[in-house]
Amino acid sequence: MRLGKGNMLFQIFLITFMVILCVIMLYPFVHMLSISFSTPAESLRLGIHLYPKQVSLYAWERVLGKNDIWIGFGNTLFRTVVGTVCSVLFMSMGAYPLSRRYLPHRNIFTLLIVFTMFFGGGLIPTYFLIKNLGLLDTRAVYILPGLVSTFSMLILRNFFQAIPDELEDSAKIDGANDLRILFQIVLPLSLPVLATLSLWSAVGHWNAWFDAVLYIQDPNKQVLTTFLRRVVITGEDLSMYASGTTNTALGYQEPIKAATLMFTALPIIIVYPFLQKYFVKGTMVGSLKG
Amino acid sequence: MTSLVTPEGKARTGRSTSKIAAVWKEYKKCRYLFLLLTPVLIWYAVFAYSPLYGIQLAFKDFRIMDGIWGSPWAGLKHFKFLFLQSPDFFKILGNTLVISIYHIVFGFPAPIILALMINEIRSSKFKKVAQSLTYLPHFFSWVILGGILITLLSPSTGVVNYLITLVGLEPIYFLGDPNYFRFTLVTSAIWKEVGWGTIIYLAALTGISPDLYEAAVMDGANRWKQTLRITLPSILPVIVLMLILRMGGILDAGFDQILNLYSPATYEVADILDTYVYRVGLQNFQFSLTTAVGLFKNVIAFMLVLFTNYISKKLGQDGLF
Repeated sequence: MRLGKGNMLFQIFLITFMVILCVIMLYPFVHMLSISFSTPAESLRLGIHLYPKQVSLYAWERVLGKNDIWIGFGNTLFRTVVGTVCSVLFMSMGAYPLSRRYLPHRNIFTLLIVFTMFFGGGLIPTYFLIKNLGLLDTRAVYILPGLVSTFSMLILRNFFQAIPDELEDSAKIDGANDLRILFQIVLPLSLPVLATLSLWSAVGHWNAWFDAVLYIQDPNKQVLTTFLRRVVITGEDLSMYASGTTNTALGYQEPIKAATLMFTALPIIIVYPFLQKYFVKGTMVGSLKG
Repeated sequence: MTSLVTPEGKARTGRSTSKIAAVWKEYKKCRYLFLLLTPVLIWYAVFAYSPLYGIQLAFKDFRIMDGIWGSPWAGLKHFKFLFLQSPDFFKILGNTLVISIYHIVFGFPAPIILALMINEIRSSKFKKVAQSLTYLPHFFSWVILGGILITLLSPSTGVVNYLITLVGLEPIYFLGDPNYFRFTLVTSAIWKEVGWGTIIYLAALTGISPDLYEAAVMDGANRWKQTLRITLPSILPVIVLMLILRMGGILDAGFDQILNLYSPATYEVADILDTYVYRVGLQNFQFSLTTAVGLFKNVIAFMLVLFTNYISKKLGQDGLF
């Protein structure tokens, strides 16, 4: 199709607008990365920071040399991997029976589950529950309370429902029970949706911070986000970088904040280009059914 | 004893036991399914239903020594205090509603407009790159984004204020000035979510039949007319549904975001129901009072969901349930 003059101008306007928008989306991350590699003077320079004009690795050395950040990293990695695997497995266990039309009282079970999406005890009663279960200051608190996302489980149930019944019937004739059918036929067929739900769960675990703030006091069980919060948002922990007699670290306040922040953000930025399409696909599955 | 059991009674119990037996048989047939389902149901009982037990705190005077069950009943005392005496309650309710309405008025149309613009881009490669980049901030928590905003918006060294002073204006304390704080909340939320929000509208846009556009071109409609007469009406059902769903969550004004961005200087304009429950409840140990606030919020939110679902069904849309 030939472009008219008006259309051409419109396209130019559109592309300019979108480029500016993309810069607004991306620039903050570039800025923080640049600051994290800057000297104190450079980090306080007014203006645009695309790359450090005076490079210093000091902030990264301090941050990567800090024991706490590796403890946080370990705990975050633990909750992301174990939490995601347990979650997806557990949600499959719930979604499969609920997807079978012949399950007795299926609608009652579904209703009981859906109800929890819209009504809950609230913050204080939940806190007391966790306390009474003895989960305060345990790593289990990262995994157990968030084991099931009702929304994700319903998506999975809908996906299982769409798998043709003939597969199940013929497997049953061959003598397979429901457990084998789930693990050897249904789950392998559901890999795309399982991938999406795993990604949602993994990003959720990586980013989670409120449960750690609420339930964890023990410094050995902290996650990256709570550590980051103390350094960047509430500013409590900056002074601990200035150890001993040296006050160099205080001059490096901004680079240290930025390096801590980028340390937490980088893993997502790195995997994002490869996994982005799975996120988008999954959202379609979820939102179109509604 | 025996005279009490009438023949009918016998028959009735007989029928019901046979009914129970039939149900039992059905359950037995699905025993492997229940083997899978039972742990999940137990999880729901423990983590989703048992907190409901703690709601009684809203009607009690909680004493640590006595626990939830042993604390004395206080009737509607906390609700009376909230509605009649508390200087805070209507302020935080107002803050919640105002911030939420700002989010809807400015944040809701943004992804629709962006989706329409992305849809008009001709180069499919550029379209893809633009989409990927605008989705990016969605994937970070408000802890990370809050840290970035604190740096970028700093009144003395922040790059945003640097640009503002370049134009000759006074620097603005976006995160510390109550006059600008809500603006900062809404703008940064749009920055985070606008790209991600386009996905559902872009999906709806691809569903529009190209025939409609061809016919419109034949009739001499330009792109602007096509957008007004074809594109917008075609995605209107999706827009209405999304708006209704959004209205159902009007009491959620962005807890994660506010908790990471607000400070005592901005409490008066940014303290919402959720942050109040957290701060006053868990940090100042006013468990009963804040459970009452939480219960108030949950009940209203639940009614709103039922109501919006009803409306969406009335309009011929699929409801949520």
